[in-house]
Amino acid sequence: MSEKRRKTGLIFFPAFDWAISPTHPEREERLLYTQDQVFEEGLLDFENIIEYKPGLATVGDINRIHICVPRAESVVTESHLISAGGAIRAAEKVMSKEVDNAFALVRPPGHHAMKVVHGARGFCNVNIEAIMVEYIRKHYGPKRIAIVDTDCHHGDGTQEIYWHDPNTLCISIHQDGRTLYPGSGFTDEFGGPNALGTTINVPLPPRTSDEGFLHVLEHVIMPILAEFKPDIVINSAGQDNHYTDPITNMRFSAQGYARLNERLAPDIAVLEGGYSIEKALPYVNVGIILAMAGLDYSAVREPDYNAEALRQSEQITHYIERTSSEVMMLWKKRRDMKKTVVGTNKYLKRKKQIYYDTDGISEQQEETVRVCDDCGGLVMIDSFADTGIRIFAVIIPGQSCPVCREEGEAIFDRLQKGKYRHLYFQDRDRDIYITK
Amino acid sequence: MILGIDVGGTHTDAVLIDNFKIRKKVKVPTDAHHLLNSLLQATTAILAEEDPAKLQRVVLSTTLSTNAIVQNKIKKVGMIIASGPGLPPALLPVPQNTCFIAGYVNHRGIIAADINKEEIKDAGAIMSKEGIDHLGIVGKFSTRNPEQELKITELLGSSFRHASLGHRMSGHLNFRRRIATTYLNSAIWDLYQRFVQDVLQFVHRQGINVPIYILKADGGTFDVAKSADYPVQTILSGPAASIMGVLSMAECNEDAIALDIGGTTTDMAIFADGVPLLESLGVTIEGHKTLIRGLRTRSIGLGGDSIVRCENGRLMIGPQREGPAAALGGPFPTPTDAMIVLNLTAIGARDKAVTALEPIARLLDKSVLETAQLIFDQACQKIVTAVRSFIEEINNQPVYTIHEMLEGRKISPRALYVVGGPAAAMAGPLGGYLACTPFIPEHSEVANAVGAALARTTAELTILADTERRLLTIGEEGIQIPIPSRFTAEEAIAVGRERLREKALAMGAKDEDLEIEVIENQEFNMVRDSYTAGKNIRVKVQVKPGLISGFTRGKTL
Repeated sequence: MSEKRRKTGLIFFPAFDWAISPTHPEREERLLYTQDQVFEEGLLDFENIIEYKPGLATVGDINRIHICVPRAESVVTESHLISAGGAIRAAEKVMSKEVDNAFALVRPPGHHAMKVVHGARGFCNVNIEAIMVEYIRKHYGPKRIAIVDTDCHHGDGTQEIYWHDPNTLCISIHQDGRTLYPGSGFTDEFGGPNALGTTINVPLPPRTSDEGFLHVLEHVIMPILAEFKPDIVINSAGQDNHYTDPITNMRFSAQGYARLNERLAPDIAVLEGGYSIEKALPYVNVGIILAMAGLDYSAVREPDYNAEALRQSEQITHYIERTSSEVMMLWKKRRDMKKTVVGTNKYLKRKKQIYYDTDGISEQQEETVRVCDDCGGLVMIDSFADTGIRIFAVIIPGQSCPVCREEGEAIFDRLQKGKYRHLYFQDRDRDIYITK
Repeated sequence: MILGIDVGGTHTDAVLIDNFKIRKKVKVPTDAHHLLNSLLQATTAILAEEDPAKLQRVVLSTTLSTNAIVQNKIKKVGMIIASGPGLPPALLPVPQNTCFIAGYVNHRGIIAADINKEEIKDAGAIMSKEGIDHLGIVGKFSTRNPEQELKITELLGSSFRHASLGHRMSGHLNFRRRIATTYLNSAIWDLYQRFVQDVLQFVHRQGINVPIYILKADGGTFDVAKSADYPVQTILSGPAASIMGVLSMAECNEDAIALDIGGTTTDMAIFADGVPLLESLGVTIEGHKTLIRGLRTRSIGLGGDSIVRCENGRLMIGPQREGPAAALGGPFPTPTDAMIVLNLTAIGARDKAVTALEPIARLLDKSVLETAQLIFDQACQKIVTAVRSFIEEINNQPVYTIHEMLEGRKISPRALYVVGGPAAAMAGPLGGYLACTPFIPEHSEVANAVGAALARTTAELTILADTERRLLTIGEEGIQIPIPSRFTAEEAIAVGRERLREKALAMGAKDEDLEIEVIENQEFNMVRDSYTAGKNIRVKVQVKPGLISGFTRGKTL
């Protein structure tokens, strides 16, 4: 391969003193062998790989994007502030052009965390990418941002947060939801009425190998990115598609991850899941870091790697080709779909049942969005969790139109507590967060 | 009595310390081509009229290894490398004669690919054919399991004059640095062997029959006979000697800055609670990044003799030096000239300094006095900026636990120790800018020799206990011993302390100097298929760098 070195920032925070519980996959040991491998390969000695300490995200950073019940301080610990702070530090270094790209190799992860947070789901409390994205917009202006989620689990939290945002493209490739947590992420999940096509899902069958991932990259992700023209590309870099991962069924390799990152060339990568801590993570992370830095990764291999044994079947190849064309068909028709979806409605509602598996909480949610041609649309959420807490939230989107703003402000003004324990008002443009 | 000798680049200094007082000091020019001669000369001079029988120890600090590397006076080395998957050969710091062979040890020390005897013998044959008789043998993760390096040595060792083994260099992880360190060690081994023999012969002829120590880059000493196989440990011992010297002269138990303002450069080091900080991975020499423990120092191209000039109306100082100050017959104006004009120092010819500053004063449209003040302030400011960014870098060092992230100790120096020519003139203002009390230690002109004389023996050990594999590994010692599955971190620390004690005593340490501390202590539950399979315990212990016992810091020497 031809070497074109790039300056890569690395924010490495393994949180060696934090676990969800002693034997939980999200435990102290998770990045131990990754650290060993990164140190042993001497990656930090390369002049173009620069390590930075994470910052600490603030409650304000969280409230910019989440509605935490009852408040942010009660749902996050220091570990979450540091892992979100690590993602923010990565963004700062890239946005200030101190580095060409950056990788936040931090834990705990965040891509299953949705707008409203009653507790932890899928090992996530707050969405570290979303916190980072809104930090970027607050400090560096209204950017068009693409998040490519390559974790094996559907990035349902990130999708839910940006469902109505036409300026944030969320593409998730993952193991088919019929075979894996969280059970969502089908091709017809395509974005809200004001943001059709800026949510893209490509479910892949179990036992998909490098070939399948790279097909989707070439035939779906790259063409859509070329049309969307983002200012910033973020890779939600889960590493649980690996053939040794204990909780998934895919056959991706360290080489595949490295090639994906070379081709996708994300500005920022943020670690998500990945629980084959000994056999996958050390090699996958070395591969990703080398690829981002433009260094030769061709010799990075798992010691037990066997290309022949990991090859995907022809049936899988055809299935993935069909899924890819189906997604591209939808993408091409995205602008014509609004009429059908909206009809004559001024508001659209969707009902959601959200289960917080990590904390064992169930939530019933009704989300209302104002149909709007000028912005992502005013969003209102009525959420009732089996903890007994019911809340109502009014959210003014980023780059909001005057109508959505005025309407949202008026609604919140009139709002009475009544059956709700808490009322929230979130204004992303003005960075205002009010509770009553 | 203790004899301390520093064979430096320009001067060789010797001090004789009697009951912790400087009894005598000697300075002779260093003969760069015959370092041993300089050593003999200084020793003979200082021991004249002294009774060698009264000596308790002799400590040497020498630029021998450093010079050999800097001047490329080194042996051709054949590297045998078991690299396994990871970085490609092109990204590894290997010399021309390198054979990559099969074999791989993974991060847990488990052999993941075997070595091939035939391939190794072939590699040996290739090296022999090239006329190579020094080898470096390095495997990835060999500090986690030295077995493959040892097997390779068994197969090849006897046909070569010397083989340096990677795992012996350091317990730290970093394959690229392990390669560079092993290479350097093998490359200077011959030269250093001869030096050690010469030194031992010489001291015995002088009737000296006490331990002879040599200074390492970390400011610690080890017995010269024991040092013979690890010459790379002695690189960059010069700056270490100077900092240990400052330490001996400073009554310093707090955070402090040490500055050595020389002619060309200013070197800085930081003390935390009075203990000099070490490089986290290892020192760098001539672009070779090594795993050699060394004092953490920074150097900037600004000294008393730096050239001062005016470019586009802007005053520029350094980094070049073209001889001494104009007041001392040099060709260009320098900060020293500015200090002379300001009457901050009484050396040289003041009129020459004034003449040298005049053209700059004209360009700046200021008086000579104002110009001198400007130069002086700017020189101070440059040092202050460098010190601040050095401290900031130390305080921003990445940490990997939430505890350290939130509670992390920050260095905030309260004292400033300055040695070197301009020390008297600059210490005050520098202390002011840095909000530190300035000190100028006495005898600072022989700080290096004093530092060497008073440094204690230091050592470090890295312990990895894997209770699932029931194995405890001490990488740099090549030790693997069985442990029970219920082995604990406390037991690992106990083993570490005991082994370190033995190691340090073998290196020549005195019992009373064995101030052992635990510098890393981590314990991880290893969980496989939702069950705890064992513990991964990581411990590092060290003999704290410092001065020999009996000596009170800051006591007037």
